[in-house]
Amino acid sequence: MMPRHVDGNALAGPLSDLFAFDVTCASGRCVGCGDVTVLARAMVYEDEMGFVARCHLCDSMLLTVVRTADGAWLDLQGISGLHVAL
Amino acid sequence: MVDVPGWGGNLAGQHLDLRLTAPDGYTAVRSYSIASAGPGDRVELAVDKFPDGEVSPYLVDDIQKGDELELRGPLGGWFVWKPEQTESVQLIGGGSGVVPLIAMVRSHAASGSTAPFRLLYSVRTPQDVFFADELRALAESSPYFDLNFVYTRAVPANWPSKPGRISREILEASTYPASISPAVFVCGPTGFVESVANILVALGHEPTSVKTERFGGK
Repeated sequence: MMPRHVDGNALAGPLSDLFAFDVTCASGRCVGCGDVTVLARAMVYEDEMGFVARCHLCDSMLLTVVRTADGAWLDLQGISGLHVAL
Repeated sequence: MVDVPGWGGNLAGQHLDLRLTAPDGYTAVRSYSIASAGPGDRVELAVDKFPDGEVSPYLVDDIQKGDELELRGPLGGWFVWKPEQTESVQLIGGGSGVVPLIAMVRSHAASGSTAPFRLLYSVRTPQDVFFADELRALAESSPYFDLNFVYTRAVPANWPSKPGRISREILEASTYPASISPAVFVCGPTGFVESVANILVALGHEPTSVKTERFGGK
């Protein structure tokens, strides 16, 4: 069974350590399907290691955040661009 | 109620992360929606207890006045309502998912907004309604706020229908239609949000005008 997910909104806290702006309001382009939407709409799965955010349309992995002893490892391989309102 | 020196207020719909640290150093972080909105350093939370949870039983049963908590926030700039928004707003909450929607209703009332607001609140029984008196009083006093309930386990006396989950028929009867292009906020358990959002899109709402906030429930 797929674990239950929450929305990208839940990343606002964990990603506030890494970004100086609210990245959940930024629009990302999914490498898998090309959809561009705010990160807050992603499907977010959490476990002890960290977070995985998946595209709300095609389920491709957008980003992962893994906590390490001295910081966090952010992998953005599923996002080909981010639009940030300034 | 939590006093947070330096909080500086929050928008309606935002959340915070709360960290508890056990004596052995084990920590657990959970996100909670904020029931209050506006300026000030006092934050109101409403927490549903998950009996097997690591954090909510402490917050509901054990916490004492004067205990200190580690908070981060306010968080999230997407699932929010701002008083300068003038379009109609449909709020749909399931269980404790009503909490950020309460903050929006309060912000709407406090700002004197004339944007039409409507809340559809799905809840197990009449006894489970959060902020029941406040919601009813606001619905009675404001021409711009309308309140509807769906009871899933037990209904009040003389209620016209049996208990049941939110359905397409209920959404058609008790929410603003897609034709007036309301902003829609849906918050609740994942399954609830999923089914409500799917029905709303089937009823013609633009997917981008339906904002959702799911909580995992742990």
